[in-house]
Amino acid sequence: MTPKATIRAEGERLLAAFIAAGAVPVEADILQPAETLLDLYGEDIRARAYVTRDPLRGEMMLRPDFTVPVVQAHMAHGADPARYAYLGEVFRKQDRQSARASEYLQVGFEVFDRAAPEAADAEVFALIQGMLADLALRPATGDIGILMAAVRGLDTTPQRRAALLRHIWRPKRFRALLDRFSGRAPVPAARADLLERLAKGSLQSLIAEAGSFVGIRSAAEIAARAEALLQDAEAKPISAPEAALLYDLLTLEAPAAAALAHLRGITPLLPAIAPAVDRFATRLEALAAKGVEVATLPFAASHGRTSLEYYDGFVFSFHAADASLPPVASGGRYDALTAVLGAGASIPAVGGVIRPGLVARLRGQA
Amino acid sequence: MIKIGVPSKGRLMEQTFDWFGQRGLTMRRTGAEREYSGAVEGMAGVELVLLAASEVPRELEAGRIDLGVTGTDLVREELADWATVVEEVAHLGFGRADLIIAVPSVWVDVDTLDDLDAAAAAFRAAHGFRLRIATKYHRLVRDFLTENGVADYQLVDSLGATEGTVKNGTAEAIADITSSGETLRANHLKILSDGLILQSQAVLFRAKGSRADLGPLLAKLGL
Repeated sequence: MTPKATIRAEGERLLAAFIAAGAVPVEADILQPAETLLDLYGEDIRARAYVTRDPLRGEMMLRPDFTVPVVQAHMAHGADPARYAYLGEVFRKQDRQSARASEYLQVGFEVFDRAAPEAADAEVFALIQGMLADLALRPATGDIGILMAAVRGLDTTPQRRAALLRHIWRPKRFRALLDRFSGRAPVPAARADLLERLAKGSLQSLIAEAGSFVGIRSAAEIAARAEALLQDAEAKPISAPEAALLYDLLTLEAPAAAALAHLRGITPLLPAIAPAVDRFATRLEALAAKGVEVATLPFAASHGRTSLEYYDGFVFSFHAADASLPPVASGGRYDALTAVLGAGASIPAVGGVIRPGLVARLRGQA
Repeated sequence: MIKIGVPSKGRLMEQTFDWFGQRGLTMRRTGAEREYSGAVEGMAGVELVLLAASEVPRELEAGRIDLGVTGTDLVREELADWATVVEEVAHLGFGRADLIIAVPSVWVDVDTLDDLDAAAAAFRAAHGFRLRIATKYHRLVRDFLTENGVADYQLVDSLGATEGTVKNGTAEAIADITSSGETLRANHLKILSDGLILQSQAVLFRAKGSRADLGPLLAKLGL
């Protein structure tokens, strides 16, 4: 066990490096209103965060991360552009017997800058890579924006595009939907039955036959969904070539420079991804200008697609050789989150966090 | 001394007593009618601890009992990483019940988890809050819905009469234990076709932290 004082001292050193890079130090409350986090992450956050009940303020959570309070403070009264750094405990419940900590220090850096998002991406990545250069960590990168652009450009119904986008962070569900929309998976028997029943009877009589009406989901809402199901059954499948490109994209893993060449190659077939691929190219130039080896930098188009995340563009992480350890550092771009928390306003944002506890442990072993 | 935790009342207690009785270990309640104390005959050094079935998992984890009878559902709900804490010694063949997800029967557009997910997205857009599922099995239900990629729902706590929450307007759907489905039908609910979360039954569990020598007892029970 690394002594707490050693970890804190490591955290202070990392915080000082972020401040030296131009960040303003900020603080955040440990007790956060649960509602905001629940609205963002859904019920899954309850499994991860410590929830408690305050007699006056209602349901509260022990801070599971700094991003949300820092974004909120920035959207309420931040300068534009702005760079922030913070150091403090975060709390994550662990559901498995493991060595993973449920309370640990996190030090982070967030950039809110409209001018050149790709340069900001490169700035955050290169800064963290430089600060941890002595640890020989393995970097991993991705770009959820390319996948989102591909889905937005699919030649299919707006409802199907929306369903895929809604599940972009749930790879299994996304895959099941794509299989169904592209005709690779047959219509499930239960759904076929349902469609048959909906097509045969009038909806009003179906509802009446089903029994007494209970609950606040209205007959109109049931009718609207039934109508949507019937329409969806008429929609033509996503074409085989287009679906194949999307499957290709989901599994794309290559060094960044080679991945760019591959993406340039498929852009004529999937023109909607062109702006996202251009941004990827601009980012690689910015990274190269910062001295990052883009010819060998690992890239996976699906990196960072797990639930509880809010990244919608560049994503990255740094890993120790011991695969049982959590990432030593991670981060990404979260433009959409600022719009959700900004009450109408939004600003491009990118950031990253480091675990001083792991850094101290790895440095202690060296 | 070996301590066996057993449900303290109702049919589950009677069936547990029968199960042990058939294997030569007679259990009975002693003292006044409302007093929770019991005795074991047929083997020395075995003590009966009468508990609510829902308390058995925690008592096993804490090491205050060596063996315990309770439902699979309660162990998986109450104990994080349950398989590292307790071991299933025998499935007792009674107390069978299914943990399921049910929605109003009038939701003719909803038959599967896929439908529930789509309905939840539309519900949230229409009502401004996430579709409420009433349950007391938070861990099991959340893990199941996460695994199946259902979003835009929230769990609301319900400790009893869960089937009534939809009619009462405090939930849109429920996740609860059912054996015959009669209560569900009476409350105008239907089970999702792929909404079976867990098939539960009464199980004899051993606390992995227990140091008691269970060999002779388990041999007597034919295990």
